[in-house]
Amino acid sequence: MSALFSQAPVLAILIPLMGAPISAVFRGPVLPWALATILSAASFWLSIDLLIHVNTHGPISYELGGWPPPWGIEYVVDPLSAFVMLIISGISTAVLFYARESILNEVAASRLGMFFGAYLLALAGMMGITITGDAFNIFVFLEITSLSSYVLISMGEKTDKRALTAAFQYLIMGTIGATFILIGVGLLYAMTGTLNIADIASQFDRISGTTPLRAAVAFLLVGIAIKLAMFPFHIWLPNGYTYAPSIITAFFAGTATKVSVYLLIRFIYTVFGADFSFGEFPLTSMLLPLGIAAFLSMSVVAIFQDNLKRLLAYSSVAQLGYMTVGIALASEAGLVAGIVHMFNHAIVKTGLFLSVGAMFFVAGSTYIKDLAGIGQRMPITSFGFVLGGLALIGVPLTPGFISKWYLVQAALERGDFVGYGLVIAMLISSLFAVIYIWRVVEIMYFRPAPEGTARKEAPLSLVVPCWIVILASFYFGIETSLNIGFAESAASFLMGGAK
Amino acid sequence: MFFDHFNYWIFVILLMIGLYTVMSRSNLIKKMIGLSIFQIAVFLFYISLGKIEDGTAPILLEGDGVIYSNPLPHVLILTAIVVGVATTALGLALIVRIKESFGTIDEDEILLQEEDK
Repeated sequence: MSALFSQAPVLAILIPLMGAPISAVFRGPVLPWALATILSAASFWLSIDLLIHVNTHGPISYELGGWPPPWGIEYVVDPLSAFVMLIISGISTAVLFYARESILNEVAASRLGMFFGAYLLALAGMMGITITGDAFNIFVFLEITSLSSYVLISMGEKTDKRALTAAFQYLIMGTIGATFILIGVGLLYAMTGTLNIADIASQFDRISGTTPLRAAVAFLLVGIAIKLAMFPFHIWLPNGYTYAPSIITAFFAGTATKVSVYLLIRFIYTVFGADFSFGEFPLTSMLLPLGIAAFLSMSVVAIFQDNLKRLLAYSSVAQLGYMTVGIALASEAGLVAGIVHMFNHAIVKTGLFLSVGAMFFVAGSTYIKDLAGIGQRMPITSFGFVLGGLALIGVPLTPGFISKWYLVQAALERGDFVGYGLVIAMLISSLFAVIYIWRVVEIMYFRPAPEGTARKEAPLSLVVPCWIVILASFYFGIETSLNIGFAESAASFLMGGAK
Repeated sequence: MFFDHFNYWIFVILLMIGLYTVMSRSNLIKKMIGLSIFQIAVFLFYISLGKIEDGTAPILLEGDGVIYSNPLPHVLILTAIVVGVATTALGLALIVRIKESFGTIDEDEILLQEEDK
């Protein structure tokens, strides 16, 4: 056991990566799905083990092929990366338990082997981004994730051919973003002569005044911002989320953008260091207005959407604004709020998209007008959606409340007008969230169902995983010691490492 | 100034040409060509990073005092080239499917069709 565990960092990546080609040759509706679920659950189990280990014994450094860093490639598991790995593999496993019937409805059975192969590749790529301690590896894993996610989004073409153009648009934007990151990494390499993140960070003070470094920081931040769907760079996200198959939307809403938030934190705090990012490079005054603009404007845009998936996608861009603001506050409290919200939003949004997926399974549409009266037709699923919506708004006892509470505290800690303004802006944006969720709830419960629709609940294999995610989100809203504890240890590790 | 950093200037110019093509053309194939130029510019940048004046290829040679180019950026960019090829292939495959579904590869016409729906 312990010999196996010492290989756990690499196994968590290798299991889904090696599973992908095996899944691609499998045929039939059940086998590829079963394989993907088992492998994802194995990764989840390893992530839990790693997180427990890191929190008791400190960070793990794994030398690939026995080559010591900085010459060899290094995998680093620290409190933040272990926590993000747990989010990714956990969400992925929950979504896969839901996937079997849902995906048969949306993708041709003959393509399922390839589909789950691409899914496993996306999972492996995201886990790889979080665990690697090598700047160039980040780019490679990023491209593994991106290429497979273009494929996964385009698979939605069976129900709506616009999935193809959405995937193409994402391909253009994603490639530009990843190439910017590649240029940034190249410039960092030119200045330091190393690709190891810890090594770059240790040499950072020596080069911090130079022009190529400023260019590198700019390229990296813009590249990550595109991948993150930060406010002005978000145009690919609503289309991608709307036309992708239901489970892919739920999977990406919980993981893909969270990985980019992780990258942002990793570069700002570990590589550049808080002193450079917020002192020499005015990151607070760049990220804060963008974050506020994101959650104010995107919440308004969400109110006017006629497609439920698109509404939730715009709300995701808004919620990413909260995370950016938390990071931009440049304090430990703000960082905790950002990381906690990353976790809470991942679980809440996945639950919401899973319930929308169940509605799509029965009603065959995600347009809000077609979902009239669905509260009577599918009471269990609809109630799950309502609970998820409450969590999104931030009603007490929900995880959304916890993260907003921490964010408000971090904002008030500043004690200046920017802090107070931020709190007021958050209040206004929460009111907008009430409006867009209420608008959907009103149509779902108080409009008559269209003629000729019978009362029919989604199958249990969809309802049960969906409710598990929703209930889990409420568990983390009431019993907060787990998520806040891990976020706090990650934040204090990052702040300590930034000295 | 220009000729001192000749290859870096070419990198910047190619990068701009690629980005401009991606943004300005409505033909999806031309967009992909622009994207390829954009990525290839970065290859040139990495190759320039590793090149040392009068350095030879990084292989074992007889004798002392042989100056080698830095092999690491060249190896890295090999990976990025593979990624670029994969991206281009996937993009072109998507264009084929778009042509099958929409009957056109012009972005403006596709947008019109999407609005009609």
